[in-house]
Amino acid sequence: MTKLIGQRAIASLLSLFGLMILVFFLSRLTGDPAVLFLPIDATEQMKQEFRALHGLDLPVIEQFWRYIVDLAQLDFGDSLRKARPALDIVLEAYAWTLPLALITMGLVIVAAIVLGSLAAFNVGGFFDRLVSIISLIGASAPDFWIAIVAIVIFSIGLGWVPTSGVGTPLHWVLPIAVLFIRPFGLVVQVVRGSMLSALSAPYVKTARAKGVKNLPLIFVHTLRNGMLPVVTVIGDQAAAMLNGAVIVETIFGFPGIGKLMIDSILQRDFNVVLAAIMITAIAIFLMNILIDIAYSVLDPRIRH
Amino acid sequence: MSDLSLAKTPAPRLAPPLLGMLWRDKLAFTSALVLLLIVAAALFGPMLLGEMASDQNLRGRNFPPFSLDRGWAFFLGGDSLGRPMLARLIVAAHSTMLIAAGTVAAAMLIGATLGLVAGYLGRNVSQVIMRLADVIMSFPSLLLAVVVLYVLGASIPNMILVLALTRIPIYLRTTRAEVLEVRERMFVQAAVVMGASHARIIFRHILPVVAPTLVTIATLDFAFVMLAESSLSFLGIGVQPPDITWGLMVAQGRPYLTTAWWLAFWPGLLIVITALSLNLLSNWMRIALDPNLRWRLEARSTANG
Amino acid sequence: MADALLTVRNLSVDFHTARGTVHAVKNISWSVGRGETLAVLGESGSGKSVSANAVMNLLDTPPAQIVSGEIIYDGKDLLKVSYEEHRALNGKKIAMIFQDPLGHLNPVYTVGWQIIEMMTAHGRPAGLARSRALELIARVGIADPQAAMRKYPHQFSGGQRQRLMIAMALMLKPDILIADEPTTALDVTIQAEVLALLKELQAETGMSLVLITHDLGVVAEIADRVVVMNQGEIVEQGSVRDVYHNPQHPYTKKLIGAAPGKGEIKQLEADLPLLLDVKNLSKTYGDFTALNSVSLTLARGQSLAVVGESGSGKSTLARTLLRLETADGGEALWKGRDLIRMKARDLLGVRREIQMVFQDPTQSLNPRMSVYQLIAEGWDIHRLMPDKSQRRARVLELLDQVGLAPEHAERYPHQFSGGQRQRIAIARALALEPELIICDEAVSALDVSIQAQVIALLDGLRQRLNISFLFIAHDLGVVRDFADTVIVMKAGEIVERGPTAQIFDAPPHPYTQRLLAANLDPDPDVQAQRRAAKAPADA
Repeated sequence: MTKLIGQRAIASLLSLFGLMILVFFLSRLTGDPAVLFLPIDATEQMKQEFRALHGLDLPVIEQFWRYIVDLAQLDFGDSLRKARPALDIVLEAYAWTLPLALITMGLVIVAAIVLGSLAAFNVGGFFDRLVSIISLIGASAPDFWIAIVAIVIFSIGLGWVPTSGVGTPLHWVLPIAVLFIRPFGLVVQVVRGSMLSALSAPYVKTARAKGVKNLPLIFVHTLRNGMLPVVTVIGDQAAAMLNGAVIVETIFGFPGIGKLMIDSILQRDFNVVLAAIMITAIAIFLMNILIDIAYSVLDPRIRH
Repeated sequence: MSDLSLAKTPAPRLAPPLLGMLWRDKLAFTSALVLLLIVAAALFGPMLLGEMASDQNLRGRNFPPFSLDRGWAFFLGGDSLGRPMLARLIVAAHSTMLIAAGTVAAAMLIGATLGLVAGYLGRNVSQVIMRLADVIMSFPSLLLAVVVLYVLGASIPNMILVLALTRIPIYLRTTRAEVLEVRERMFVQAAVVMGASHARIIFRHILPVVAPTLVTIATLDFAFVMLAESSLSFLGIGVQPPDITWGLMVAQGRPYLTTAWWLAFWPGLLIVITALSLNLLSNWMRIALDPNLRWRLEARSTANG
Repeated sequence: MADALLTVRNLSVDFHTARGTVHAVKNISWSVGRGETLAVLGESGSGKSVSANAVMNLLDTPPAQIVSGEIIYDGKDLLKVSYEEHRALNGKKIAMIFQDPLGHLNPVYTVGWQIIEMMTAHGRPAGLARSRALELIARVGIADPQAAMRKYPHQFSGGQRQRLMIAMALMLKPDILIADEPTTALDVTIQAEVLALLKELQAETGMSLVLITHDLGVVAEIADRVVVMNQGEIVEQGSVRDVYHNPQHPYTKKLIGAAPGKGEIKQLEADLPLLLDVKNLSKTYGDFTALNSVSLTLARGQSLAVVGESGSGKSTLARTLLRLETADGGEALWKGRDLIRMKARDLLGVRREIQMVFQDPTQSLNPRMSVYQLIAEGWDIHRLMPDKSQRRARVLELLDQVGLAPEHAERYPHQFSGGQRQRIAIARALALEPELIICDEAVSALDVSIQAQVIALLDGLRQRLNISFLFIAHDLGVVRDFADTVIVMKAGEIVERGPTAQIFDAPPHPYTQRLLAANLDPDPDVQAQRRAAKAPADA
């Protein structure tokens, strides 16, 4: 297992390096930060000084070399906007995104497994249809629109929750609820399909021939087998969430990694963009290892 | 090939039962109807209603919906510049559909070709292509959108470029996985033994088996691309005015949420309806187009023998 | 039968499918007495498994519907008892084992856990279950039961998995064991061991055995009485000897007549011109040696059979000769030119001369091509017969040659039965007028009665068209009927070769002797003699 993780780490490091090069040079094609940061009436002199201060006047190759040298000492550079280390800013944003992602994914996993399994046992019935319709609508709705409609109804109309910000636990309700809908719609469909095929597997027939009772038949014999494809989808959805929920965080003014990313891109805060991308890649790598471990715990065939 | 053209193969036999099957599944049938309607709007909308949709009228500003006082075009209300919502929604269908269709077509063509190559050729080519796909997958689409927007400028083809780049890996992976599996099937080996060329094996034996899966995924992906486009447009790094899509309309309506909810509500609802129809149709196609599933249906009678 | 333990009476079951209702079994009745072995014999689609599944309450309703009948066990009608009451009987009083033990064991739990569960599911203490499991695992012949308990199903061989299934089924000392094709997926030598084990355990415990099978040999070896099923109906039942020696129903007669291994053995004509000369062919996959310096010759018009159990390398031999795999070493001279190192351009010409018929015609025919397209594809590839009307006429001629009708040309493979599909595959091979046809288990997926027809067809073609055959098979009876020369392979090597008569009458090599001994004869008396002959040797 450790050997496998080592190999994966090296491969990931290589593609991370490729990604970094790509991002570094492409992002510098998008325009000059000096124009964006300084007032419109700034003189050419002021712009020059600004560029010199941040090393943006050097040839791009040299900027890249400096960046690599700094990075080797774990220095991700400073933010242009906030004049603070980019890494600190990214980690602060993660401190908001991580709990948001964890809570939402936790709710998604529990709800999807329970409702998806029940739908599979009741295949073709009323409950099954209800879950199918809800999950399809969930998977079809754009989150910004749901967010807007939710704000109109629950914040403006009913006044139950605040429209944006992060002060109190109540502030978390709408972002979590909106973020929950699409992953839930996708995961619950996979759970249902996977449980359906697991329930018709030959070993279930054996268990019935053994006289195993219904509850252990479902939750001991079937669920563990049915979970294997579900773990993959959960991994994909969790990775998307670690990338930050750009839309939801923007609409609800939630200071997470997604909002940081879009703000930094729009303002050409290159160091923060690069730091955010790299930290996110590392977080996704760690999560993929967790997924692999979950796989090998669930399925002995992978262990051997 | 002479008398063995591909199109001729199962089409005449398949068509009537497929339509019959669609008719029997009322949800899928309704979805297909809705999609036809939207495609018609996308095709003919700008031609018929283009002028009406861009005609500003200050007296119709934020005109409330559900009233026929100002004509049918204002039945869903008027926007912040007094333009009729209904007409604008129909016209916006054009760009929305064009971008999604263009993206899906481009991504499928490139992804499926690369996937065929990666799956059919040896391990080395495959590894290179797959690692490339990994890098594309991990490149943030937001940044890509901004790069393209600033370097190449805002236009519908550029929007398609951004979205297609991010969707290629989906088709690549699916096609490769399917090809790897189909390649080992006995009938492909039988063709090899008969001396069939690579081109014949790929186009005559592998592609027809993979195609239904691709069509099913493309239908689902169409919905996904539409949502992605509207998200980018919503963030201001997608489609730029005067081009107009449903996603952009939601973004433009956002400042008026408290005073004129319908500005953002209708275009969003249309996105939901379209995506839902695509999802339903894709679910149905997954079963209807899969000869294995249908074969199983037919074979069930003897399975317990 | 007065002392019947389990009785199925007038059972009718329908299956409601998308294509309409199928009467899976129609008004069937059978019973099994204490300690008796009843075989339910039938080909695919005969409905032979349906009644057993009804006994175990394993039919999914819908699509299945029990229309009428009763199943009496211990004075109760199992079709009327509550779900819970039935569940309590399953495993405890009536246990079942299946054809494919890999699929029927849960892949994510240890074998020990699954065997123990048989007792804990019926409320017995886990400690007791554990000691009983260890005892039974040892009894069914698995070495080191302690370690075996901790392993997962995929870590065992097919034969071991079936032994473990049997151990699991016997945990609660059931009155009746139902075995659904328990040895069909196993090699003949393993099959013989598993059947012997079942017999021993039956003698020890006095349980009844209901054996569902398609194999007359299995019936002859193990059963007391037999029920013959065809298309959902019982056409005949009685003692195994009576039914074999004096069948009443035409279907039974046909089935017994079709059993392979009864015909006259062919002689190889001398001085036929040499067609294929294979020298020291080798192939390894990692550490596994699939072919170890295999040499053979094949003459024009000869039918050479390659016999072996799974893993013997017989299929790799065919695939290597056809260049579906690349050989590591050796040569294969086809009319003097080496197939193994031939360039792609030259190979194309040879591909016309050598054709292949695969095991499973369901998979070897492209489901999206019509019969006409399938047969004509070779002509497209080799740019033969450009004239369309000529093609059409030739396709019809080929269909006629393999016993299909002209109107079949426009149909698709899924519209045919297994035997018909194999005929299409043979017509496809014949279309290119090959000199050699390689058959890889070409009849083993077919029902016995169909098998006989296809063998007869191939043999007719061989005589008329003077085609050579390389016939790869595991079924000795089929080989005896078809081949004039036999090669026996084991673990990638040829252990024995010779004329068919010699191999079957007096094989010098002990492995061939073992293979022949394990091969089951459909005649119960022959099997009884063999057992009697073997018994003193065992003791």
